[in-house]
Amino acid sequence: MMSLISIAGLSVRFATRSECVRAVDTVDLEIARGDHLALIGESGCGKTVLGMAVMGLLPENALIRGTIRYRERDLLQAEDAEMQRIRGKEIAMIMQNTASSLNPVIPVGIQVSEPILLHRILPAKAVQAEAIRLLGAMGFDLPERAACRYPHEFSGGMQERILVAIALACRPDIVIADEPTSGLDAEVKSQILHLIKKQMADRTLLLITHDLGTARFLCTRVAVMYAGEIVEEGPAHDLLSLPLHPYTQGLLASLPSAGLHPIPGMSPSPSHLPDGCRFCSRCPSATARCSTEHPRMSVRGARRVRCFHYA
Amino acid sequence: MLELSSVMKYYEKGFFRRHRTTAIDNVSLSVRKGETLGLVGESGSGKTTLGRIALRLIEPSSGMVRFDGIKVTTLSRSALRQLRPRMQIVFQDPDTALNPRMTVHDCVAEPLTIWHLAGPREIEDRIPELLELVGLQPDLAARFPFEISGGQKQRVALARVLALNPEFIVADEPTAALDLSVQAQILGLLKDIQQKRNLTLLFISHDLQVIEKMSDTIAVMHAGKIVERGRTPEIFSNPQNPYTARLVAAARASEAWFGKNPR
Repeated sequence: MMSLISIAGLSVRFATRSECVRAVDTVDLEIARGDHLALIGESGCGKTVLGMAVMGLLPENALIRGTIRYRERDLLQAEDAEMQRIRGKEIAMIMQNTASSLNPVIPVGIQVSEPILLHRILPAKAVQAEAIRLLGAMGFDLPERAACRYPHEFSGGMQERILVAIALACRPDIVIADEPTSGLDAEVKSQILHLIKKQMADRTLLLITHDLGTARFLCTRVAVMYAGEIVEEGPAHDLLSLPLHPYTQGLLASLPSAGLHPIPGMSPSPSHLPDGCRFCSRCPSATARCSTEHPRMSVRGARRVRCFHYA
Repeated sequence: MLELSSVMKYYEKGFFRRHRTTAIDNVSLSVRKGETLGLVGESGSGKTTLGRIALRLIEPSSGMVRFDGIKVTTLSRSALRQLRPRMQIVFQDPDTALNPRMTVHDCVAEPLTIWHLAGPREIEDRIPELLELVGLQPDLAARFPFEISGGQKQRVALARVLALNPEFIVADEPTAALDLSVQAQILGLLKDIQQKRNLTLLFISHDLQVIEKMSDTIAVMHAGKIVERGRTPEIFSNPQNPYTARLVAAARASEAWFGKNPR
């Protein structure tokens, strides 16, 4: 299958005055058309930085290596003007932190219209009707009224729906959703997840989350990130029911339903990564080799895992 | 140990036409010594308000809170202050619970100094002990909150509370801001310390699976009311209230999917 987005050897580093932070390290990832891929991992593992790299939204001080191929071009080499044409129109993002992603002094209808106007998808006259239609499709009962309201007049769940509407306004091929349900209640969360699932039916989704339940509900494939690199990747059902990498196994064992068995220790700091396997110090099955040599990805059928035990 | 009877809390607004919002609606609860009561409910259901009323951080509109036989609700300010070290709280967000301009050492030393529980020299002995109790390396003492991880911050917050040797702790969503594997570490630690020190816990969470692992009894809160309470196994095997049944079914469904224990 042809990949829609093909990430190869992607590394993102941030140089501070005293040290070099390796946020993302030699990530290879193929996303095919129609794929629903979840990128899971703990906070600070680099998953958001990876999403931002695809969107071309990393700050100036980021040192980026590798390629992100999308439709015959490398997004990392694209000019600003070209990125602006792609961003929002072909690749859209649902940002983390709902409240700060909306402009508090602009009615939400205008915020939903903005990308449509900017990318000149529709004639100006039709934009307002389209924004109202989108809000209606997101589950607002009276979309005409909702469009005139300001973000603070909505609950967290409703604000999330507005963000989804903005992301989908230009009918993008690819949507990157960064923790779309963090901070929402169980019931509201489930409504939002159903909405996203419905809206993503014929689109490509890259979901960034630390919530395994959300990943398994929305996605068909899962990639697990640890300390800046992908340690395991494969079909969602296989990976979550029979995890291969010791980190994924530990993550699943620390779920309340599996008995809250914690992984001992902490993730290494991205500015002081160990030479060997990055999970080595916390791994119950580590060997001498694990602490000195860095494991490569081994391919096992449809799955990939970065661990010597499967090499 | 802790007993709440007919506790109400409402907020009123408007001058001519009073408009009343009921946050806590006639709640009665009790927690036995050494046990954990799990309080579960969605946000806005009043769990945090109730937890704070239990410690009288918020005044109830009516009703009575008794702690170890003492009527907390009607206590004078000075008597209440004397009671404070015996009842403590661990907050949801460790980022805002610690003073960003104090080192870990100073954070943990502060309650000891305020309560004159240890002289300057004793404090230096107590701090490494307390840090060890919550599973932190003593050399972390010189760091500031921004230099340590979220899980470590929550451990520091817990060390601060444990410095006072409390008998009762309200844990208000102590792991909501933490990652999965760190959540398991902190909850394990809390249970451990509870057993070691025979602590009484009011454990507040929106996650029924976490509540199940932590609690002896469960109270389910919905729109300011306790809709169901009982021993943990009974709530799970035979929920009476439709809202509880929905929560239990959702918790069971996610368990079935992930399998029992992947290890």
